Amino acid sequence: MSTFEALTGDNAVAMAMRQINPDVVAAYPITPQTETVEFFAEYVADGLVDTEFVCVESEHSAMSACVGAASAGARVMTATAANGLALMWEIVYIAASNRCPIVMCLVNRALSAPINIHCDHSDVMGMRDAGWIILFSESGQEAYDNMIQAVRIAEHPDVLLPVAVCQDGFITSHGMERVEVFEDADVKAFVGEYKPQWPLLDIENPKTFGPLDFYDYYYEHKRQQVLAMENATRVILDVAAEFNKQFNRSYGLFEAYKLDDAEAAVVVANSTAGTAKVVVDQLRGEGLKVGLLKPRVFRPFPAREMAEALSGVKAVAVMDRSISFGAMDNAGPLYLEIVAALTRHGVQVPVSDYVFGLGGRDIVPREIEGVYRDALKAAETGQVENVVTYLSVRE
Amino acid sequence: MEPKGWKEIPIAGMILEAGNSVEYRTGSWRAFRPVRGEAECIHCFQCWLFCPDSSILVDAENEKMTGFDLEHCKGCGICAAICPVNEKVIKAAGEDLARDDPRLCIRIVEEGKVEE
Amino acid sequence: MATKLIPKELAKKEDRLAPGHRMCAGCAAPIIVRQILTAIDDPVVITNATGCLEVATSIYPYSSWRVPWMHNAFENSASTASGVEAAYRSLVRQGKIEERNVRFIAFGGDGGTYDIGIQALSGAVERGHQFLYVCYDNGAYMNTGIQRSSATPFGAATTTSPAGKAVPGKQQFRKDLTAIMAAHNIPYVAQGAPSQWRDLMQKARKAVNCGGAAFMNVLASCNRGWRHKTEETIELTQLAVDTCYWPLYEVENGAWRLTYRPKERRPVEEWLKRQGRFRHLFRPENRHLIDELQADIDRRWESLLKLCGEA
Repeated sequence: MSTFEALTGDNAVAMAMRQINPDVVAAYPITPQTETVEFFAEYVADGLVDTEFVCVESEHSAMSACVGAASAGARVMTATAANGLALMWEIVYIAASNRCPIVMCLVNRALSAPINIHCDHSDVMGMRDAGWIILFSESGQEAYDNMIQAVRIAEHPDVLLPVAVCQDGFITSHGMERVEVFEDADVKAFVGEYKPQWPLLDIENPKTFGPLDFYDYYYEHKRQQVLAMENATRVILDVAAEFNKQFNRSYGLFEAYKLDDAEAAVVVANSTAGTAKVVVDQLRGEGLKVGLLKPRVFRPFPAREMAEALSGVKAVAVMDRSISFGAMDNAGPLYLEIVAALTRHGVQVPVSDYVFGLGGRDIVPREIEGVYRDALKAAETGQVENVVTYLSVRE
Repeated sequence: MEPKGWKEIPIAGMILEAGNSVEYRTGSWRAFRPVRGEAECIHCFQCWLFCPDSSILVDAENEKMTGFDLEHCKGCGICAAICPVNEKVIKAAGEDLARDDPRLCIRIVEEGKVEE
Repeated sequence: MATKLIPKELAKKEDRLAPGHRMCAGCAAPIIVRQILTAIDDPVVITNATGCLEVATSIYPYSSWRVPWMHNAFENSASTASGVEAAYRSLVRQGKIEERNVRFIAFGGDGGTYDIGIQALSGAVERGHQFLYVCYDNGAYMNTGIQRSSATPFGAATTTSPAGKAVPGKQQFRKDLTAIMAAHNIPYVAQGAPSQWRDLMQKARKAVNCGGAAFMNVLASCNRGWRHKTEETIELTQLAVDTCYWPLYEVENGAWRLTYRPKERRPVEEWLKRQGRFRHLFRPENRHLIDELQADIDRRWESLLKLCGEA
């Protein structure tokens, strides 16, 4: 039997980590992820986990130790945010390239400068080409569920890639909510035992990891990473189906909320999707045909599936919590992906972008409502007025 | 080695054949080669101890230095430079002997000049 | 019973570093690796910082390592080792793998250790991971073409501290990393040289048996960077020891001990004049730099003697 507890998102993730009971956790505290590390340190101190907790001197060393431990053959987890992730950068790529199935809890926070501790998605968007699987979570519950599934996805022999599980800094990381916590034994059974195929610690069969790889083979190793990403989509869905069977909550590559007959759709990730649902319900109450697409899997990007889900709408508004500076129209990365996906799969509808919430700037239902009303207008006219709107920035 | 395709090689650049660099012949780099001279080897294994390329061949059971692995030896000359027999011979001769003086235990000669 | 530190006995063991690696002819680094790995009888797992040793021993699809070995990046040989060691302890404690008395060794050059890797090294030893970090110090970034590091000797010409008309080589004295590591109060810290092979091997054994984090700084000549003949490698490392540029000592649980005292201290000039990187110091206008270097060596030597109770 599962129980319901009042937990912050950070605490929910720490709870999942306790139940997963990884062999090694290497992490460094950074706001707003700190609570996760603190809770986990308590579990270690109280002997509730078997984990070797490596309390490193920097995030660079956190990811380095994770790569070392994962190569050794251990189940490994870490947690970070924003500048911490930026400091890990070099090793974030190496973790994916060395095919280390590390699970990272990433509490999304704005990157410096100026320094800011609050939520936006500039941190995770920087790692989109690093070779990691990236999962978004609307709530602490979803972060908890995603962490449990992430272990299975990462360690799948057809995948062997690291997974980042995102949630919004402070908004869900520090927001208390009702979280369903599964039985320890059920989580243990679900994640199963990790059986590494090529552990470095296999003394009898010495192996060399991380060689110098020139133009004659480097490219082949990159091609292998593409295959792993391709496989990941299937594995993510398989794991979600099993999760649903075991824990009775359904996950896909994204969530389509009242999208079936919608004329205008908003695409927005993480906690803001929750607010958007309230707006959808309210507008539906007025008889307006609106819906929501909430991305869950950002890497591998489910372009075809998303295009299919949006193929019936007449206008799309994407909401981006970061900016891809200098990219087309100085839009946000999610917009760029959606535009590409729709174009690639022949869905020709007006798409606009709404950058919002940078550095933790609040986003309120009234603003999201405005986005929907713009989209409904675009659905009618077939035109977007502004390709990119920087929502609620002061002139 | 014929280059393999991406489906045929282990992932992540792993090399599963430990120590397979023996297949790579660094002996072709050599401009000079070590050759045994006239002075009697005392089988002290100092050359074995200081060879950067593990290219001093020894019969470990019988504790004898037996020669050089010329497939890998790069001809650095450290073996001749640290040879205690050479040092004694040089002292006895009361002079600095050339590196290729046949009176030495291990001497370094230009590649191609002397076949062992 | 540990293998006796007698070459004939040691030669009966398998060489853990295979030939066919592409280190330059006469390089000291593989000599150091062979000596250290031969001294240790237990299984070893190695992490290696980016650098000459790493690139030249792992050119895909070839590896010279007959023991488990991994390279992660330049500055993180120590933190990577800490992860591997933590994994080992965790898996052994949980009964998932067998306790095998595995020894963890991290290798790095002076660039990867004194400079870019010092934070990761400091953190890893402070955390008390049971591993040995070996810095093979050739006094510059040799892998990328002889750029100065904080280990480069005063006065040496490198490609980023060239001997020019206005600036005659490197203007700073080298960082005393061995002392910095001793200040971490870890169980074992030592300085060694391959020319004193038995001393080096004994230190490696003490290091892996010290029960915690250990650090060894080992002088490695690089004939390309130091500018000397390939066969002079061992002679020149020994000359560095005999001039007291590179004293051999250990710090065991806080106790400093000189492990080798030159019978006769030689002036540093004898070491300098054998290397092309110091050639410019012998011009009349630069002679005072040799005196400055000698004075610095004298000061450090006297201070070391005091620490070792030999003053």
